[in-house]
Amino acid sequence: MATKAKKKTETGESVIRIEGMHKWFGNFHALKDIDLEVFQGEKIVICGPSGSGKSTLIRCINRLEEHQQGIINVHGTNLTNDLKDIETIRSDVGMVFQSFNLFPHLTILENCVLAPIWVRKMPRKEAEEIAMNLLERVKIPEQALKYPGQLSGGQQQRVAIARALCMRPKIMLFDEPTSALDPEMIKEVLDTMIELAQDGMTMLVVTHEMGFARKVANRVIFMDEGEIIEENDPETFFNKPQNDRTKLFLSQILNH
Amino acid sequence: MKEKSYLPGTHPDLPPPTSEVGVIGWARKNLFATPADTIFTLLALYVLYSIVPSFMQWAFIDAVYVAENREACWKMMETPGGAACWAFTSIRLNQLLYGFYPETEIWRINLSFVLLFVALAPVLIDRLPFRKQLFIFTGLYPFLAGWLIFGWFALPPVASQDIGGLALTLIIGITGIAFSLPIGILLALGRTSNLPVIKILSVLFIEFIRGVPLIALLFIASTMLNYFMPPGTTFDLLVRVLIMVTLFASAYMAEVIRGGIAGIPKGQIEAASAAGLSYWKTMYLIVMPQVLKISIPGIVNTFIGLFKDTTLVLIIGMFDLLGMGKAALTNLNWAGLHREMYLFVAVAFFFCCYGMSLYSGYLERKLDTENKFQKK
Repeated sequence: MATKAKKKTETGESVIRIEGMHKWFGNFHALKDIDLEVFQGEKIVICGPSGSGKSTLIRCINRLEEHQQGIINVHGTNLTNDLKDIETIRSDVGMVFQSFNLFPHLTILENCVLAPIWVRKMPRKEAEEIAMNLLERVKIPEQALKYPGQLSGGQQQRVAIARALCMRPKIMLFDEPTSALDPEMIKEVLDTMIELAQDGMTMLVVTHEMGFARKVANRVIFMDEGEIIEENDPETFFNKPQNDRTKLFLSQILNH
Repeated sequence: MKEKSYLPGTHPDLPPPTSEVGVIGWARKNLFATPADTIFTLLALYVLYSIVPSFMQWAFIDAVYVAENREACWKMMETPGGAACWAFTSIRLNQLLYGFYPETEIWRINLSFVLLFVALAPVLIDRLPFRKQLFIFTGLYPFLAGWLIFGWFALPPVASQDIGGLALTLIIGITGIAFSLPIGILLALGRTSNLPVIKILSVLFIEFIRGVPLIALLFIASTMLNYFMPPGTTFDLLVRVLIMVTLFASAYMAEVIRGGIAGIPKGQIEAASAAGLSYWKTMYLIVMPQVLKISIPGIVNTFIGLFKDTTLVLIIGMFDLLGMGKAALTNLNWAGLHREMYLFVAVAFFFCCYGMSLYSGYLERKLDTENKFQKK
């Protein structure tokens, strides 16, 4: 039984609407009857054990994975096989990956300006200005002319965030952004994300960083075996979890 | 316990021990590290000593460079045939280089060879003034070279069977190299495509071409290809050979490129797609630059193989550099100079192939962005 939190009366409008969405990998039923609505400016943290479908869920939102049933609507556009629609949605939705996925053959600056130039048709000069501003915001403007291989993991992930922001996205998806980082680098990435949250970005974050969830999330979603088990504001979620599976998960993740 | 020479946290950076550096350090480490190493080093030195001086004696010191023919050559030696006779390299040079190309028109081949470097410059050198404009020239070059070599409007035509020697080798080799890479890339993309029809067609093409010996393809080109064409259309034999050699190399190239594509992490494509880049832009901007970089050894390997395979055209009656060399040996004036002739041909091929190899090494070092940090 899914205990769903009452939809918060956000000031913003609905930007993502998922209704009755199912996803299969071959015969494996990866996502089961997912309903989720995200409002402008909301920060949602998705957690759950590995293999629970949380990454798959956010990857469906920008069609890195294809869903087989139900509706995913981003900014009023339904995700179908229409390539133009997919590319439009992708250019409005930024994504940050666990393994950074910077382009190793391009410098940091080139990584940042690539999509604005080739997708948005922005003049190079303008794109570079925006990129330098954002690199300053993530506090690594001095690395602009280096290659990704010359940066530490934390720096690479901050570049990845800046790169996604260069497209001026309306929504940001984070797929376990700190899981591949050394402990001392996790903080610098989380700080960047907290700053971004404070600026009002709509964010969906898959993470195990419960401190981050407490600090910035409007809602925390717990998933297990392809289902949304529990969805609540962080206060209730951490202090009075409703579902037994949530309680078990929280006790495992918090008590060590 | 031994006393430390520095307090904890104050140890300075010291130079490495002297036995590790300099010529003696290098020799000790690489040539005489163990008794077995020492034995092998001495053995290798002995082999070199017994081969190199006598070869030098034969090839250069006692050799005759200028003479009318083999008879005259050998007369000048203490023991006839005891040293190399390089006289044919000057007397038959034109044939070795150009085949039976009309002597008055040879400038056309020379010109297209010189222009080749102009066309190559923007491809090979990335910080070149007017690079964009030169690329236009590169695109036009194949037509320009075709016009110069075969003749047409304003230039007297030359029959393709008159083209031979090194010129023929280069024409086939360079055409194959220039066209097999783009075709190979398209085939590799086709084979990794999600679209079943494109995938199957690519697989069939690659497997068929790879499964048939090049010689068989050349025979097909020389005898059968015209039957497949609509009646009335005839292709020049050289054009048919160029097509076959290019297709043959493309199939191998496709597999080299496919190996490279498999080496690109999926995350790269996902990151590009997530930013809204289309399939072709992702391939052009993200995948291919990385694939071509990691595939350089394989690509150049295919290029070199292709370049040497051009000698097979000998079998269908075309005379490339090796063919012209063999033809010269059947001439009574030069019969008996096999060693010199084949050595000459081998050295000419070696320089072309080693040149490609050197450039690929330079390219690999230049494109190595991942390890730049360590090297600086």
